[in-house]
Amino acid sequence: MVEKKSQKIGVYVCHCGGNISEVIDVKKVAAEAKKISDVIISVDFPHMCSELGQQMVINDAKEKGLDKVVIAACSPQFQGPTFAKDLEKAGLSPYVLEMANIREQAAWPHYDNHEKATEKAIDLTKMAIEKARKDDPLEKGELKIGNRVLVVGAGIAGIQSALDLADAGFKVTLVEKDPSIGGKMAQLSRTFPTEDCATCILSPKMAAAGDHPNIDLKTYAELQDISGFLGNFSVKIKHKPKYVYEEKCVSCGLCEEKCPVNITSTFDEGLSKTKSIHLPFDYAVPYKYYIEADSCLRLIHGGDTCGLCQKVCPKDAIDFNMVDTYEEIKVDTIIVATGFDIFDAKEKPEYGFGKLKGVINGMQMERIIVKIAEGVILKELGKKIAFIQCIGSRDKQIGRPYCSRVCCMYAIKQANLIKKMDPTRDVYIFYIDIRAFGKGYEEYYNTAQENGVKFIRGKVSELIEDPDTGKVIVKAEDTLNRQMIEGEFDTVSLSVGVGPNEGTQSIVEMLKLAKSADGFIQEAHPKFKPVDTLIPGVFLAGMAQGPKDIPDTVSQASGAAARAIALMNQGKYYYDPLFAFIEKDKCNGCELCIPSCPYDAISMRDGKAEVNHVICKGCGVCISYCPENAIDMNLYSNEQLLVEVKNAVADKGDEPRILIFADDMTSYRMIDSVGTAKMSYTANSRVIRTPASGRVTPELILRAFYYGADAILIAEPEEISSPYKTSFKEMMKNYNKTLSIMKEVGIEEERLLALPFVTVMLVKFVNTVNGLNNLANKLGPIPKDKREKLVENLKERLFGVRNE
Amino acid sequence: MSKIVKITKEAAEFLNKIEELSGEKITSCIQCGICSSSCPMVNEMDLMPSQIMSMTILGQKEEILESKSIWICASCFNCKVRCPRELDLAKVAEALRQVVLRTATDKININDIPEDEIMELPQIAIVAACRRLTN
Repeated sequence: MVEKKSQKIGVYVCHCGGNISEVIDVKKVAAEAKKISDVIISVDFPHMCSELGQQMVINDAKEKGLDKVVIAACSPQFQGPTFAKDLEKAGLSPYVLEMANIREQAAWPHYDNHEKATEKAIDLTKMAIEKARKDDPLEKGELKIGNRVLVVGAGIAGIQSALDLADAGFKVTLVEKDPSIGGKMAQLSRTFPTEDCATCILSPKMAAAGDHPNIDLKTYAELQDISGFLGNFSVKIKHKPKYVYEEKCVSCGLCEEKCPVNITSTFDEGLSKTKSIHLPFDYAVPYKYYIEADSCLRLIHGGDTCGLCQKVCPKDAIDFNMVDTYEEIKVDTIIVATGFDIFDAKEKPEYGFGKLKGVINGMQMERIIVKIAEGVILKELGKKIAFIQCIGSRDKQIGRPYCSRVCCMYAIKQANLIKKMDPTRDVYIFYIDIRAFGKGYEEYYNTAQENGVKFIRGKVSELIEDPDTGKVIVKAEDTLNRQMIEGEFDTVSLSVGVGPNEGTQSIVEMLKLAKSADGFIQEAHPKFKPVDTLIPGVFLAGMAQGPKDIPDTVSQASGAAARAIALMNQGKYYYDPLFAFIEKDKCNGCELCIPSCPYDAISMRDGKAEVNHVICKGCGVCISYCPENAIDMNLYSNEQLLVEVKNAVADKGDEPRILIFADDMTSYRMIDSVGTAKMSYTANSRVIRTPASGRVTPELILRAFYYGADAILIAEPEEISSPYKTSFKEMMKNYNKTLSIMKEVGIEEERLLALPFVTVMLVKFVNTVNGLNNLANKLGPIPKDKREKLVENLKERLFGVRNE
Repeated sequence: MSKIVKITKEAAEFLNKIEELSGEKITSCIQCGICSSSCPMVNEMDLMPSQIMSMTILGQKEEILESKSIWICASCFNCKVRCPRELDLAKVAEALRQVVLRTATDKININDIPEDEIMELPQIAIVAACRRLTN
């Protein structure tokens, strides 16, 4: 912390056109601020964010040589970026700006008490001035970025992203675990609601991806490891052996003719046979043969066994000695398009999937329909067909409470198609709710009704086979008519839902991405950053992020490509210097901080810990792990938080003082919203902004009590909505540690509260703060001796280490 | 003529009471009907399990408490293991039975039964009947 002995601080108090000045005595705030040392300017102004106001700040900064600027106005979330830009224009660091939030936190919520609101505004301004005094003139971080992209997964999402990027001139490496690209869409019959043939619209894209000069296709390959960061990811790729040289194979098919081993086709979902050496499917890209190692006689038994394919191959393309090969590539950004798996209906044994002959799943139905069009009957469907919805969706029993979004529509499509092929078929769909939400979907649902598909509202409980006829007996409640119905069907198709697959799981681990409650990858913001992750340079496309249909997947894939392009096109990436750092002279190399970092940003160098500034997200959880107080962070330093806390509770008078630690992403915004909604809460509360609740160290809480706080609320985001992975957990650890010390000293535990919030819990916040105020009034102030005892021997108490 | 179910304050209180007694969040029922189709006793019931759930939400106290279904429920838990919202309908049925039992009405009086009938009846049946039908 470089603190100049004498600084020039400018303070500007905004009227906000009456929003603030009608409640708060702005002249008094400015006058009080003027009394503080180093404050050389302190003025009030009607509209700070107007052209005039901004120009005044710029001119003062230039002409009077301001070091720090404090603007007492709205929330920093609101006009913070505007004034930061002004500071840059004046040649100052944008990080020497502090905003005192006297609108959302004083004028608006305390509109009914002008005196208290003014008092609070003065305190908030003082807190900001003292924090500003300790602001470092930091610079924005800058990073060079090249033009190399890794796209993981070559389903329709990956292909679309890769094509968009490649067309824009970026170098794409497209990695696919299967021997061909195309993904799940390649298996589909037609797409709803337009009924275009899936193959016909997908294969041109596959071919384009296969030929594109800017796309390096790596099929039958898996990611082993990813390390590094934006602009410098290094990716280890494992190539599984195909036992056929791609460049030699001409796909003549002689090998397949001779191969004696029949296996079930995974592409046809086990409904047809293929050979051990085969093409992935009819329009695969690359269109080359490969051997499935676990069925090939030669590869199992070795020696001279079989080997027929090798003997007949005119191009000498088959080599049984191929092994796994590895390569390492460098990329600048990554698009994760790892897709999904369909639900394994065997997990719901009551539906007899895999046991009853007449029961199939939705993907098998797709394959059957595709093959009928080609004149092949994979399975006789019969005349009476039932679809059962929500198998593996909207079901808490199997941990999948979410809606899979595609099953209603694909079942309706399948029903339409099979009904069109043979209108004498009797087709039923058993559903809970039909969700036809997309463009043209409701109309398509109506088409099915017009085609004579019968919709029964009720979930089927179990399927039994009639031992005499072999037909499947379906029993359900017709919930609209309140009656039980029963029927025999030739074929029952289980409309299985979707879930995250293994590939998604492994990339989550490699990149340390956050997962949402449903197991899919968590986006950075559900509304405004739907394709970003919290890891800079890593974007999401398709089902890996959550269930979605093909139009949504393609839009998201193009969106992810655009986001990656926006980043790479500049060649440079600027980031806030919000990261932790180690004070080397204090660090004793105990390594306690290393496992505390959820992003692996801390490593050891020359016996001292070191934080990688690009990887560090600035959550601050490592800080409470250091017994030597050697870890600190930019923008929310230990000293700054302490001085804020001290000023927040210093002039509290006779009333109790409630202190609130609010995390920047959720709780701080929530408190802003409480103000915007003009919901009144006790005015003797003060808010300290932190990057994450895990940043609030036990020491900070204890010192807050020591300085004079009577009750403290730590407002934290709910665990699942927290942008920082371990913040909630670490917060609870710190909270419990602090409670035990309070207990030891004999301070009522109710005075400290940690509660999860989401940004809309305005009433809960108001009630909590008022409740704490009542409690503090009831309990009375904490005696001075107890406050002092709290901070004695802190190091020993918190870390079991004696003070030297 | 269709029946009109009135939405009243008492109706809401009845729902709260049953939710409290059963510990189940009855309003989270999505009326998929899998409870009814899983129920081995549904053919004997006048109200199907799913109907009991939706009628409890509407607070149709009289119809539910007079129905035979709540006494027919065998607590086999078939509905519970299949409910996609993980609701325990056996608990709901038990709560409804409790509401009836707590009204403490004697449905039979042992003294009204003729002595020769008592001699005929199995003892266990008499004890069971007294348990269930008397306060």
